[in-house]
Amino acid sequence: MARPADGLKVVSANRLDSGAVVWLAADDQWQHHIAVASVFEGATAEAALERAKASAATGVVVDPSLIDVTLENGAPRAVRPRERIRSLGPSVRADLGVQAGRRQ
Amino acid sequence: MSHLQAGHYQYDEIDRRFLTERVEQFRRQVERRIAGELSEAEFRPIRLMNGLYLQLHAYMLRVAVPYGVLSSAQLRQLASIGRQYDRGYGHFTTRQNLQFNWIKLVDVPAILNDLAKVDMHAIQTSGNCIRNVTTDQFAGAAADEVVDPRVYAEIIRQWSTLHPEFTFLPRKFKIAITGATTDRAAIAIHDVGIRARALGQGAVGFDIFVGGGLGRSPFLAKSLRAELPQADLLAYLEAILRIYNQYGRRDNIYKARIKILVHEVGIDALREQIDAEFERIRGPKYRLDPEIVESIRAHFASPPFEDLPAKSPAFEAALARDAVFARWAEINTVAHRQAGYAAVTISLKPPGGIPGDATSDQMDAVADLAERFSFGELRVTHEQNLVLAHVRRDDLRALWQELGKHGLDTANAGLIGDIIACPGLDYCALASARSISLAQQISARFADPEQQHLIGELKIKMSGCINACGHHHVGHIGVLGVDKHGVETYQITVGGSAADDAVLGAVVGPAVGYDEVVAKIGRLVDAYLELRAPGERFVDTVARLGVKAFREKAYGTAA
Ligand code: SF4
Repeated sequence: MARPADGLKVVSANRLDSGAVVWLAADDQWQHHIAVASVFEGATAEAALERAKASAATGVVVDPSLIDVTLENGAPRAVRPRERIRSLGPSVRADLGVQAGRRQ
Repeated sequence: MSHLQAGHYQYDEIDRRFLTERVEQFRRQVERRIAGELSEAEFRPIRLMNGLYLQLHAYMLRVAVPYGVLSSAQLRQLASIGRQYDRGYGHFTTRQNLQFNWIKLVDVPAILNDLAKVDMHAIQTSGNCIRNVTTDQFAGAAADEVVDPRVYAEIIRQWSTLHPEFTFLPRKFKIAITGATTDRAAIAIHDVGIRARALGQGAVGFDIFVGGGLGRSPFLAKSLRAELPQADLLAYLEAILRIYNQYGRRDNIYKARIKILVHEVGIDALREQIDAEFERIRGPKYRLDPEIVESIRAHFASPPFEDLPAKSPAFEAALARDAVFARWAEINTVAHRQAGYAAVTISLKPPGGIPGDATSDQMDAVADLAERFSFGELRVTHEQNLVLAHVRRDDLRALWQELGKHGLDTANAGLIGDIIACPGLDYCALASARSISLAQQISARFADPEQQHLIGELKIKMSGCINACGHHHVGHIGVLGVDKHGVETYQITVGGSAADDAVLGAVVGPAVGYDEVVAKIGRLVDAYLELRAPGERFVDTVARLGVKAFREKAYGTAA
C-alpha cells in the first residue's frame, strides 16, 4: 500500500533500459527534469502512482514512487536531500547528471 | 593469455568457457526483461547475481577484483569500459572491487563480455553468497609476511565460486585472510577472518576467527580455532558455512549474519557444532592436497627480482636533494622482503578529491606504470588506494614523477587525508546522508603536508548509512550519516581500529548537522594534539584518556 498522500507530490522512477531518473509529466510522459513534472495532491497523487505502476508493468520504468515536493517559482523541487540529488545528479560531480545538462 | 604472468592466477579453458556462457545467459535474460517477458521482481535477483544494482542515477555494476589483484591488461580494460560505457571513471571500494556508476542495462552484456576477455566478471559481488575474498594489499611483498595469503585466497575463491550449497545463504558472507604479522586485511571485521601462520618445519596453519562484522550491530570476530592444519582449511570452512546455513536467522534480515548467530548461541556452543560437522565431513573429499596448494602457489611465485643491494645510492641521493619526494617515499612506501625493492601505495585521495575514484586516464597511466615498474601487476586496497607491490628503490623517484603527471602523487597513506568514504547519498540508493563531500572538505582542510605529518597516523572512515560500507565503527574517527526527519545528521565516534588492536569506536558526543562535521573533526584533532603523549597516535591517546577527554574538548563539558 502506498502511504497516504499529504502535501504536494510528483511521481518518479528510473528508466528500465538506461536506469536514468525520470519524472511523470504532462500526458503521463516520462521526462528527465523534475521542473516539468506534474504535481499532484491527495487522491490524484495516488491515481498518478497507479498509472505509473501500469507504465512499470509494461517495462518502460522501474520502481515508481511518490516524492514530496515544494513549489519554487511554480516548479516542483524535491523536499528530501535524497530526491534533490536524484533530480540533479551527484552533488560532488556538477559535471554529471541533469544538473550538467545531461539526460542521465 | 599473454597478459597473465607471475603473481596472477591464470584462468583455464573451462573457466573461460563458463564465463562466456554466463555472459550469453545474461544477454538473453536482459533481452527478455526488455521485451517484457520477465518482470522486475523476476529479473532483480538475476541482475544482482551479476553484480548489477539500480542506484540513484543509473545502474551500478560492481566488478569483482579477486583479493584485489589486477594485471595491467585488466586495469586497462576497466579504463576502457569506464570510457566507453560509463563517464570515464570508476570507484574502488572497501571490498577491493571496482564500481561503475552510470551503466545502462542494455550495455551490460557487452560490458560483461569485455570483462570476460580479461578473465573478469561481476559474479558474487552481490547477493547472499560468499563474496570476494579480501587480503593484505602487500601480499607477496611485505617484509613482515610469513605466509603468502594470495595462495589461500585463491583456493577459497575457487572453492566458494558457484558453490552449489552456499548460493543462497541466510545473508552475504565475507572472508578476509592475512599472512603477515601486521594485519592489513581487517580480519576482525569479517564473517570469517583467517590468519595464516608458519607452524614450523615448513607447515602452514590457520587461526580462524568468526562473527566479525559492522552494520547495524557491529561485532569483532571471536577466536574459533587456532592452528588449523593446511589440509583442513576447506573442510573447516565448509563446516562453518554449513552450520551457518542451517542455523542462521533467515527470518529476520537484521539478524541473519553469522555475527548474530555467534552472539546469540555463544562462541563455545557454535564451535561445538562446527567441530562436530568438521569431524563428520573431514576426509578425502575436502582434504586440501599439498600438491594442489603447491600448484596454486606456483601462480604466485616471486616475479623475477634482480639481485640488488639493500641500499640504493640513487634513491638515497634523491631523498637528500628533494624533500617533497622524500616525504612521499616515507609515507607511501613500505619495506619489501626483497632487498632493493619497496611496495608503493598510490593514493586515490588527493586533497578535496573523491576517495577511491580514478579516471579512465589514471587507470591507463597506472597500468602502464605497473608494467614499467612492477611486473605488470597491481593491487586495490580496502582503504580505496592502489598499490604497486614490487618497485626497485632505484626507480622510486622516476615512478613518483610519473605519478605526479596524473595527480597520483599525494603523500598521505594512513594520514588524515587518506579517508575511507562510501558513495553515500551522492550515488547509493540505500544512503541516509552524504559522505563523499565531507571527506572532500576534511582532506582539503588538512591538505598541508606539514600539518598531516604532525598529526601522524589518523584513519577517518565514513559511511552514508548504517550498513557501514565505509567501516566507520573501526575508524580512529568514524562518521556515520543518518537521516533525522529528512535532515542529514552525523554520528561521530572515536577510538576505533580495524588493525591488530581491533576495537569498535565509541560515540563522542551528540549527533551534528552536515555543516558542523568538519569543524567537530578539527576540534577532535586539536584535542589530540594538545593531549597526546610523545609517540602516541590519535587512537592511542583515545585509548589512554578515554572518550570523555575528547568529548569535553570537542563538545564542551556540558555535552
Ligand atoms: S554504507 Fe550505506 S550509503 Fe554507504 S555505500 Fe553502504 S549502503 Fe550505501
